Amino acid sequence: MPPLVEARRLGRRANGGWLFRDRSLTIGAGERISLSGPSGSGKTLLLRALALLDPLAEGSLRLEGRELAPGDSPAYRSRIAYLHQQPALLDGSVEDNLRLPFSLAVHRQRRFERRRAAELLEQLGRDASLLARDRSQLSGGEAQLVALARLLQLEPTVLLLDEPTAALDPASAELARRSIAGWHAAAGRRAYLWVTHDAGLAGGVADRHLRLSGGRLEEEPA
Amino acid sequence: MTAGYLELSYGQLGIAALLILINAAISLTLRLELHRRLLLAAVRMTVQLLLVGLVLEWVFAISRWPPVVDLMALMTIAAGIAAVRRTPRRYPGIWLDSLVSIWAASWLIAAVALAAVVEVRPWFRPQYAIPFLGMILGNALNGISLGLDRLGEELTGRRAEVEGLLALGATRWEAARGPVRSAVRTGMIPIVNSMMIAGIVSLPGMMTGQLLAGVEPVQAVRYQVVIMFLIASATALGTLGVVLLGYRRLFTPAHQFLHARLRSVGRR
Repeated sequence: MPPLVEARRLGRRANGGWLFRDRSLTIGAGERISLSGPSGSGKTLLLRALALLDPLAEGSLRLEGRELAPGDSPAYRSRIAYLHQQPALLDGSVEDNLRLPFSLAVHRQRRFERRRAAELLEQLGRDASLLARDRSQLSGGEAQLVALARLLQLEPTVLLLDEPTAALDPASAELARRSIAGWHAAAGRRAYLWVTHDAGLAGGVADRHLRLSGGRLEEEPA
Repeated sequence: MTAGYLELSYGQLGIAALLILINAAISLTLRLELHRRLLLAAVRMTVQLLLVGLVLEWVFAISRWPPVVDLMALMTIAAGIAAVRRTPRRYPGIWLDSLVSIWAASWLIAAVALAAVVEVRPWFRPQYAIPFLGMILGNALNGISLGLDRLGEELTGRRAEVEGLLALGATRWEAARGPVRSAVRTGMIPIVNSMMIAGIVSLPGMMTGQLLAGVEPVQAVRYQVVIMFLIASATALGTLGVVLLGYRRLFTPAHQFLHARLRSVGRR
């Protein structure tokens, strides 16, 4: 069975030079992968490349063995979801933000379920009253949790997580980890790639460890 | 004095110029640092209008279309360039987008005006073609410039939001719709405002000119209504056109936002 995501010979340029080049990576069904590396090594750019958010300077991506056409990006991103390190919420309430993805053509066959949204927020340590809160009244950590809940309710196949707990207090971070673990365990094929600087955290959330440094992407021992 | 209007002498022009000099003196006294720009603008306008007066006298005297079309093309190119020069955030291809938009919108509307509305015969009669196109260009230029300005500002200020939408599976249009809508609306604000207040707060320029030239008020009003509709249509078409062209340059067919293409060049 082909991997969920297969990146072949990826290359990304930055500031006139190659940040990384000729790097390949697979995300297989059920895999829990961590990605570490020094600041500025290109972890975020690698994640953005895997989410197809930036044009690839070199290389190609396959989804379950299938080559992607330019028009496939929205459908691809509905399954391979990227969580930004500092996600942006739109003007309006938390509920407006959780409803937002269902107004997009790619998710239109699905319906927003308020009860499910409230359930996800509860798993993240917030009660349903948060749904009515305006975006402007949220702290950075709360915005991060809402963005995570917004992704989890869409039940993607792969999560590309860019330091999802970096802005959270220890208790909220633990709840976020559990929610992600719950999402992962709910279906056998689900996988994630989790960027973190914290070796302890990487050991707890991943079975496979990658390190990006000096343009090299290498497997690390557990 | 002629039958229709009062002729102006250079002395009378001088009295008007004196008012500008008084304003410059006030700026100098209060150290507002406006006097140089004010005088430069006044001199520039006078020279430009005197030159265009000479050119128009020459063009009005000939009865062939090529010189008229040449002049119209020059005016259009100047407007396309001026629209971008006022825009502080630019992307590769913005000059072409501005030129294409202003050219298509203003020439299409001017053609409709000359051929179908006013029914000028022959169609290139410079007394009609040049002022009509000039008025259309002046306003379309404003719309295009404001639209481009707002598109750049919105996409820069709301980059995280746009990319967040793309990451959720939005198409490029779904992600850019808010900034695009805002840019088109902004471009339309001046002409919509002008139409709202026309006749109440101000008498528009063309109508004023015709009244001063002795045209009957009802005829002057009809011309003004026609020109307002033409200007609004051209501004809407030009603004929408340039914003959509910009959108296509800043978003790839693979639904990616090329934010790095937007570069700040400083406001002029």
